[in-house]
Amino acid sequence: MNKPRIQLMLCGGSGCQATRSRKFQDALEKELERTRLDQEVKVIETGCNGFCAVGPVMLVQPEGIFYQKLTADDVAELVEEHFLKGRPVKRLQYVEPASKETIPNMNDIPFFAHQKFRVMRNKGMIDPEIIDEYIARDGYFGAAKALTEMSPEQIISEMKISGLRGRGGAGFPTGLKWEFAGKSPGDEKYVLCNADEGDPGAFMDRSILEADPHSVLEGMIIAARAIKANKGYIYCRTEYPLALHRLDLAIKQAREYGLLGKNILESGFDFDIEVYQGAGAFVCGEETALMRSIEGKRGMPRPRPPFPANKGLWEKPTVLNNVETFANIAQIILNGGEWFAEIGTETSKGTKVFALTGAVNNIGLVEVPMGITLRQMIFDIGGGIPKKRKFKAVQLGGPSGGCIPAQCLDTPIDYEEIAKVGAIMGSGGVIVMDEKTCMVDMARFFLDFIQDESCGKCTPCREGTRRLLEIIEKICQGNGEQVDIRTLEKLSAVIKNSSLCGLGQTAPNPVLSTLRYFKDEYIAHIVDKKCPAKRCTALLGFKIDPDQCKKCGLCFSACPANAITWQKKEVAEINREKCIECMSCYEACRFNAID
Amino acid sequence: MPTPAQLHHPDISPEMVSKIDEVIAAHLKTEGAVIPVLRLCQDIVGYLPMLLIDYISYGLNIPRSEVLGVATFYSLFSLKPKGRHTIKACLGTACYVKGIKEVITRISNEFNLKEGETTPDRRFSLEAVRCLGACGLAPVLVVDQDTHGGVSASQLKSLLEHYE
Ligand SMILES: Cc1cc2nc3c(=O)[nH]c(=O)nc-3n(C[C@H](O)[C@H](O)[C@H](O)COP(=O)(O)O)c2cc1C
Ligand code: SF4
Ligand code: SF4
Ligand code: FES
Ligand code: FES
Repeated sequence: MNKPRIQLMLCGGSGCQATRSRKFQDALEKELERTRLDQEVKVIETGCNGFCAVGPVMLVQPEGIFYQKLTADDVAELVEEHFLKGRPVKRLQYVEPASKETIPNMNDIPFFAHQKFRVMRNKGMIDPEIIDEYIARDGYFGAAKALTEMSPEQIISEMKISGLRGRGGAGFPTGLKWEFAGKSPGDEKYVLCNADEGDPGAFMDRSILEADPHSVLEGMIIAARAIKANKGYIYCRTEYPLALHRLDLAIKQAREYGLLGKNILESGFDFDIEVYQGAGAFVCGEETALMRSIEGKRGMPRPRPPFPANKGLWEKPTVLNNVETFANIAQIILNGGEWFAEIGTETSKGTKVFALTGAVNNIGLVEVPMGITLRQMIFDIGGGIPKKRKFKAVQLGGPSGGCIPAQCLDTPIDYEEIAKVGAIMGSGGVIVMDEKTCMVDMARFFLDFIQDESCGKCTPCREGTRRLLEIIEKICQGNGEQVDIRTLEKLSAVIKNSSLCGLGQTAPNPVLSTLRYFKDEYIAHIVDKKCPAKRCTALLGFKIDPDQCKKCGLCFSACPANAITWQKKEVAEINREKCIECMSCYEACRFNAID
Repeated sequence: MPTPAQLHHPDISPEMVSKIDEVIAAHLKTEGAVIPVLRLCQDIVGYLPMLLIDYISYGLNIPRSEVLGVATFYSLFSLKPKGRHTIKACLGTACYVKGIKEVITRISNEFNLKEGETTPDRRFSLEAVRCLGACGLAPVLVVDQDTHGGVSASQLKSLLEHYE
């Protein structure tokens, strides 16, 4: 078959599938067939392209033209104008919100232009279900080099030079971890991949697995070679059906190509990988709990030492790394540790993938060089805050992390610098918050999550987080007292110091970091009995301020309980008898007129 | 403990029983089989009735307390029957920031349905889940296999109408 004239890289990631990319694809393929273009123009379903907010998205190669928000109704025009007549369809291209300018080429769109693709270098470029496409982009060259030209010691030394640190949250140096497990005695060892992605607002690992599953397998093969393990597991969330499907396919294909199984690439080295489906417990992302879960037990952490490098899965020496960590490995081996370390800061090398979400214009997956500032990520790549609202805080690290306020926006992305301002690098969840977010309510949200997910093994975590939640709930209900702040601080310190695993040890972070920067908001709840962001229902008046009301009637249409009376050119009014306190009117009002 | 030689339960058909037997047989020799067996059995029946837990524990020759312990630890497993349609509301951070709470409140009010429960007519079950990986579309609601992004409380009624 001839190489097609045009390749259409259509995103089939979870985000775009949710915006009906499949329907568009069906229509597109039919139309190409009808117009007999199907030999010249090929549709390739890729993994997440990154710019999920404007999905379904499609990249036209080799031109590099980027289309967004595609629907089945656009197909006829697209095929006729662009693929037949060579005139790209402007109406489906990206428009820069500030300048209102249309930007046809993907690489010129600010969202992409400021990123640096290493881990995600294949995203949207290959069909993740075909191993040859991965190989065509230097796939498995790193594994080949590691297996045929390098000793385990050389692999580990290269990893140490790279300075790569674990991307799962704690940032432990990967080379060092491998060295420990490599030196640990025993001829039965394991390599595990943590694809449990527990942070409830993040989807980096999922997207990597969906877009480029072989990169993770290749990293695992190299790790196995370095520590001399013959068996690996990928612990993946059941909630990720597409990632699971693609992993299964990738493993099958790798076996067929002799890249997994016995005597890989004739090197005499055996290694195989199995996928293990998790069953929905946040704590199973913790390393010792994860291993217990693979053993079929309740996933509860155990004290360390012994560390998994000595006694891990089935009590054997084990290395556990995160998905993104593994996705970095092959390129380090191929290009060298020094190449990797060229990017970044003193202590944080390479790039980091983030799931940028919340109150930001360009929601999606981004990969940035370490060392750029949070401001650059949120404003240059993320395009700033929508609806002309003001930036309030950014949350990093999920339930174990913290909120960073506006005055710290120039903090560089670096493990140590982020820790200094009270958050953590975390696994890559970035939630941007605007003035409509209540920080006390956010602390409540994370505590509610933690309290629910605490495995219950140790008392400070189980009971302590419950007490924290009760106090914060009391404050949100308008029953807070001044002493509560002290109690929160004291209790947090106890939980941090005396919990067994990372879940408990970091659980108070969302409380502590909001207390650190937004104490006035707590005070407003406690003393003035007011929620400045107007999120805490119990502290709202459900009253319309006649001086602020612009008489637009939006609240009237929004109310499901017919509790609002309004007539043209008249101030609206809420009937408290009928009001069900659903807050729809607060959402609807653009003039902040409801108190 | 009586051994459940046969699996008689209104929600478990004879075909289901033979599939369950296959699953158990296939995992007899696997270490750490409880979680996959529970998952596959739940896929077959839709939930895990107590009797089925007993049956699995007997079949795998693992103490009932251990099987039940695993089944109650992980949020994936449900010991209660589900409705014909499952509404999953994303309670991930991105969806929370974008107002999923109002959406859940509206569902609760409209259908008298609390999180984790099923309507008496078994039409809907409401579950809260964490991040569905579609944060770009927050707030997100998944009904059966359909993902709905950018949902607001006001469009719920028409959105759910299609699910009988
Ligand atoms: C409560 C808890 C949850 C965690 N969840 C995850 C997770 O979902 N994914 C992950 O990769 N690491 C998670 N970790 C970190 C792992 O324990 C472990 O440090 C990591 O997977 C090691 O890989 P890395 O060195 O490549 O980062 C979690 C830790 C704790 C304490
Ligand atoms: S809170 Fe809900 S019910 Fe009450 S007035 Fe506002 S929209 Fe109506
Ligand atoms: S939406 Fe706000 S400004 Fe408009 S009528 Fe209601 S209260 Fe007044
Ligand atoms: S899922 Fe399509 S861009 Fe992310
Ligand atoms: S937080 Fe809801 S989809 Fe990610």
